[in-house]
Amino acid sequence: MAQILGGYFTSHVPAIGGAIVRGEQTTPYWKPFFNGLVPVREWLTEQQPDVAVVFYNDHGLNFFLDKMPTFAVGSAPGYLNADEGWGLPVYKPFAGHPALSWHIIETLVAEEFDVTTCQEMLVDHAMSIPFELSWPDAEAWPVRVVPIAINTVQHPLPSARRCLALGQAVFKALSAWGGDERILVIGTGGLSHQLDGARAGFINKTYDHFCMDSLAPHPDALTQNSVREIVEQAGTQGVEILNWIAARGALGPSTREIHRNYHIPISNTAAATMVLQTSSAPA
Amino acid sequence: MVDSAQHSPEFIPGTTVFDGAMAMKGYALNAMCYSFNKAENRKAFRDDESAYCARYALTPEQRTAVASRNVLQMIAAGGNIYYLAKLAGIFGLNVQDVGAQQTGMSVDAFKNMLLAHGAEV
Repeated sequence: MAQILGGYFTSHVPAIGGAIVRGEQTTPYWKPFFNGLVPVREWLTEQQPDVAVVFYNDHGLNFFLDKMPTFAVGSAPGYLNADEGWGLPVYKPFAGHPALSWHIIETLVAEEFDVTTCQEMLVDHAMSIPFELSWPDAEAWPVRVVPIAINTVQHPLPSARRCLALGQAVFKALSAWGGDERILVIGTGGLSHQLDGARAGFINKTYDHFCMDSLAPHPDALTQNSVREIVEQAGTQGVEILNWIAARGALGPSTREIHRNYHIPISNTAAATMVLQTSSAPA
Repeated sequence: MVDSAQHSPEFIPGTTVFDGAMAMKGYALNAMCYSFNKAENRKAFRDDESAYCARYALTPEQRTAVASRNVLQMIAAGGNIYYLAKLAGIFGLNVQDVGAQQTGMSVDAFKNMLLAHGAEV
């Protein structure tokens, strides 16, 4: 029977990719963020996941406004990164797990989540940077992936409550999966930041701490705010917390926090990294 | 379509919620920016900006905003920052340069404002 080991949550600020390319991980600006990844790597080495279900948002690489799915599930044998237009390196490809993808899709639709299914899908820095952070020396990623993209670009966005329920439906699917995979759940993005408008540079530590404190024990607390209220509290791009909320749902009812790092600023963002471990994971 | 004052894109100060109305308004500009995922399109824009903008049928408001490199005007014209970032990249501007421009700060002042947030932790 497949095991859900836990969840890894991290910001996916593009500038992190630039810092990696330039080898700046230990400079004063970057060290407080990169140091927060060391416990993540140790935990992953202990847990040895071989599949990752990744909740993220596309930033205009695969999806444009011509067709914007609210929830999109990858079902491809593999996923490529590509030129995003502003100078990031093109990142390594990901191997997919189509059988698990379709099992998740079957469960989600049965649970009345009418998802978009993608047999071809480019994945952007929101997938690649968390992998670069957690397996910095890997020649190929040690896990196969099921990417689940949530629209955080064009409103109306799905509600936080709906995103948590989506994750819970993924948990139901993973719990019923007959394979022997060791499954890692990843949620990327956030925390508070706003790139656009006269409020650019907005950061809200109080709300970020509320999110981090609630994530493991009280995820329902994160669903009390409307999307508009989350934008107000977390910033226009801080709404990426929806990816975290969905990923939390996929861990099941019981999980505990084993690592947290919070650092301001990385570029315009309050950057956070967390690990939540489930009771089914080896201690 | 939402139209009540409570759901106005201006409801949160200094913030534009990119909703259906904005997505329709900004479609041409965002479509042009999306094309910049391809290097040959970035080159074509650099080689002849006016012709490239005309190809995407930018509105006069969008064309003026692009010509003046004014990000707040681009947003008012329906631009979405995720796509505009690709255009900003052509101009050699990162998100901190863009943040500084939108807030009327120098880039150093904008960066220091962010560092000050961190110092308060």
